[in-house]
Order: sequence, then structure tokens, then C-alpha cells
Amino acid sequence: MTDNLIEIKNLAFSYGTRPILNNVNMAMSRGKVIAVMGGSGSGKTTLLRLIGGEIKPSAGYVKVADQIVHQLSRGDLFKLRRKMGMLFQFGALFTDISVFDNVAFQIREHTNLPESMIRDLVLMKLQAVGLRGAYNLMPAELSGGMARRVALARSIALDPMFIMYDEPFTGLDPISLSVICNLIRRLTDALGMISIVVTHDVQVSLKIVDYVYFLADGVIAAQGTPQEVKNSVAPFVHQFVHGEEDGPVPFHYSAQSYQKDLELENSVA
Amino acid sequence: MLNRVVASIQAIGHRTIDNIWRLGVASRFFAWVLLKSTTSFLRFGLVIREIYFVGVLSLIIILVSGLFVGMVLGLQGYETLQKYGSESAVGTLVALSLVRELGPVMAALLFASRAGSAITAEIGLMKATDQLAAMGMMAVDPIARVVAPRFWAGVISMPLLAAMFSVMGVFGGYLVTVVFIGVDNGSFWSQMQNAVDFRYDIVNGVIKSCFFGVAVTAIAVFEGFDAPPTAEGVSGATTRTVVTSSLVILGLDFVLTSFMFRGVS
Repeated sequence: MTDNLIEIKNLAFSYGTRPILNNVNMAMSRGKVIAVMGGSGSGKTTLLRLIGGEIKPSAGYVKVADQIVHQLSRGDLFKLRRKMGMLFQFGALFTDISVFDNVAFQIREHTNLPESMIRDLVLMKLQAVGLRGAYNLMPAELSGGMARRVALARSIALDPMFIMYDEPFTGLDPISLSVICNLIRRLTDALGMISIVVTHDVQVSLKIVDYVYFLADGVIAAQGTPQEVKNSVAPFVHQFVHGEEDGPVPFHYSAQSYQKDLELENSVA
Repeated sequence: MLNRVVASIQAIGHRTIDNIWRLGVASRFFAWVLLKSTTSFLRFGLVIREIYFVGVLSLIIILVSGLFVGMVLGLQGYETLQKYGSESAVGTLVALSLVRELGPVMAALLFASRAGSAITAEIGLMKATDQLAAMGMMAVDPIARVVAPRFWAGVISMPLLAAMFSVMGVFGGYLVTVVFIGVDNGSFWSQMQNAVDFRYDIVNGVIKSCFFGVAVTAIAVFEGFDAPPTAEGVSGATTRTVVTSSLVILGLDFVLTSFMFRGVS
């Protein structure tokens, strides 16, 4: 048994003939916040789906708590998922039930605890994200930031070993963003779990993460601590961290010659 | 010209293969729903909750439509029968038309439009907003937790709604012919009692509506689950539910009728 709760080895995945991830290697241990960064379409969300066992890799494996995820039976995979948490981009709260019932959902589904104990547990989780007072609201009555905090409370309902966050900072105002950011760090430390944060919000996430992986075109283009990343001279990392318009990731989508598109070539000739 | 013909034949071939493929996927999905139905029966509260949404909330449209269909049947039946001096047989006409055909078919068509479309839209939107994926990641099977209870709620609700449609229809016929027009009350009910056979007419009507219930809700849950996770995808799936269900109800009705009412004298 290794110290790493999650181990990803030579992982590859493709949709048909289109490769998405290739030879990805990662190791994650408890108590760490890990950021996976990269542009749109770089394979970040696919990586989360592979860790969660939603899809199977074409090569390599994801090992969680010494179990190779894609080799598990459906029953065993569901057992493993009880120890995972997932925060979707916009929360994915169940819209037909209240905040309280959303957080209680997993506890009710997987345990036989009495309702009085469930109530205490739910209120504790909501207290941790600062929304105990909103327990009886419906998801439609919540702001985007509040919905994500409720979803965070729901994902920690059964004290998971790790939580995956899919773009948790998208579309948040600065206050909500800071709240979510600090919550991720605080909960990771308090629960001794792993947080895997898929994001392209560089400046915010570098404040709270322990380690960063940069994905580009399905491979790990760079990795390191936040300080190493900030000081990196690798062109891709430099462009990404400093938000430069042009670089290894070009500003222009590939196209035929501009003059040809504007039908100027013949007139010039 | 030849290329265009070849392209058309190819397009027809592709569409046929796609539809057969989709039928296979739907069949597998249906089998999966049946396999995962244990939760629905162990936690029957989940089904009861859905019966409220698909059954109870469909009552108004079913009862009002049944009443008017019965009233129109009574009016039209009286108009024709009185020419032959048989207006007292109008009760028989109304009751047989309703319990054998109009009750199950009309109730199923209304159910497909009211509840089938709602089931598809709800499941489709749950998929589009990642709620089904979130459920899966919480180790809760969305087919067992979301799809199967809705399916069984539809299957249970449909015969009850069809029965209520027929009851309201008979009442509507009574209202128009007996109360308003003045057909003899005793003849209306006694002729109906003599002509309508419990096993042959009523039970067959209930069996029909059970088939319709399975067909409509199976189509509705599949279309919702299979909907592309976009606004356009969900709206397309909802439309497909209503159109496909309506066609299947009418086709199935013909097949069932030809089996059930052979040799009617």
C-alpha cells in the first residue's frame, strides 16, 4: 500500500479515434488540494470522469484506495463512490427538494440513521458552509454561490476520502469566489481528504492549492507547486499563468489565409 | 442524377439503421428499468409521490374531457337512434363506446400529452443540469431512483384514469340524454346493464389501458433519459414522446381490439 490515495498511471482515453488524454501520470495524497488546469477541451473534465469511473480508459488506470477503478464491478464501483464527493460546475442540486433534503439525500439513501440524527448531521454540514439558516429554502431561491456551497455541503455529507470539483469558481462574484476558495482549503484540512480542483482560474486557485498539474492537448504539460508554477519559464505555463493572448496556445483558430478569405488575393494579383 | 439517387438510398439506409439501433437501445433500457424496479416496490413511497404528479394532477383534464366526450356521444347517439325509435338504447351506445374504445384510447392520448411530456421534460432537464450524473456519483442509481418509480406510477395511474374517464363519460351521456333531452331513466340504465358485460367489455378495456400505460411511460422515460442535454434536445424529446406515444396507442389499440373483440355478434 502506498501513501497515495489516488494514483493515475499511464492513463489514456479517446473518443473514437480522437485522443483526449495520453500517458497521464499523477499521484495524490491525503490533506492536499490539487489543481488540474488547462484550456477548454484539454481533457480536465474527462480526467474527473475517469477517476469517478463514469468512463473507462483506453490504456493505463486510475487507482483509488488500492482499487483499480475501471476493473470494479458496478456494485463495487458504487461502494467506492460512497467515499467520493463531486461538486459539479453549477452545483447540480435536485431542484424539486429543499436545501435540507439535498444535503440529507445521500445520508438517507445509504444509511439507516434516525431522522433526528440526520437533522443534526445536515445542520452541521450546512453550518460548515455557512448556510445553516438557508436549510428550508428551495434551490431556485439560492444565488449561484449559495447553490455551490449547498452542493459542497451535500458532497461532504458522508465524509468522503476525496472531492472532485469541476470548475467550482465559474461565474461567481468576488465574495462568493473567495468563500468557495477558502471553504475548499478549510474542509480539506479539517476532514483530511483530497480536493481535486479542475479550474482555469489561475490566480485564485494558486492561493489555496498544494500542487498543480497543467494539461494541454491531453498530456501533462507542466506540474509543480504554486511557487514553481509562478516562476516557470515554460512557454505554455507562462502564457496560461499570465493570461497572455498569444503563445503556444494561438489566438487565432487555424484557418486558410486571411487574404484568401477576404478574396483579396486575385485583386492584388 | 445517379449520385443523387444513390445518396437518397444511402440516407434511407442510414436512417433505418439508426432507428433500429435506437430501438435496440430502448429495449435494453426498458429491460434495465424492469431489473431495477425492486427499489420502487421496497420504497413504495417513491412511486406514490410520482402517482400524485402523473396521476392526480392529470385528473382535471381526464374528468373534464370524459364528461364532454360522453355528452357529445349522448347527443350524437340520440340524434341517430331516435330516427329508428331506439333512443332508449343510447345508454348502451355511450357505455360500450367508452369502456371498449374511447375511455382507454382518449385517456391514454391525454395522459401522453399531460403526464408523458412532463416525465420526459423532467428527466431530460435533470440530465441537462447534471442532476442524474450527480446522483450516479453519489452511488445512487438514477434508473432505480428516478426512472423506475415514474414508470410504475404511470403504469398504475393509466387504468385508473381510463376508468374515471369512462365513468365521467357515462355520466355526461346520462346528463344530456336523460336529464336534458328526457330519455327514460330506467331504459337508459337497464339497457346499459344488459348490454355491457363485465369480463368482455370492462376488463378488456382495463387490459387495454394497462398496455397503453406501459407504452406511454416507457416511451416517456426513455426519451427523457436519452435526450441530448440541451434546451433543444429536451424540447425535441418532449415532442417525440407525445408523437410516438400517440401513434403507438392508436396502433396498439387496433392490434388489441382485433384480438379481444373477435367474433362479436
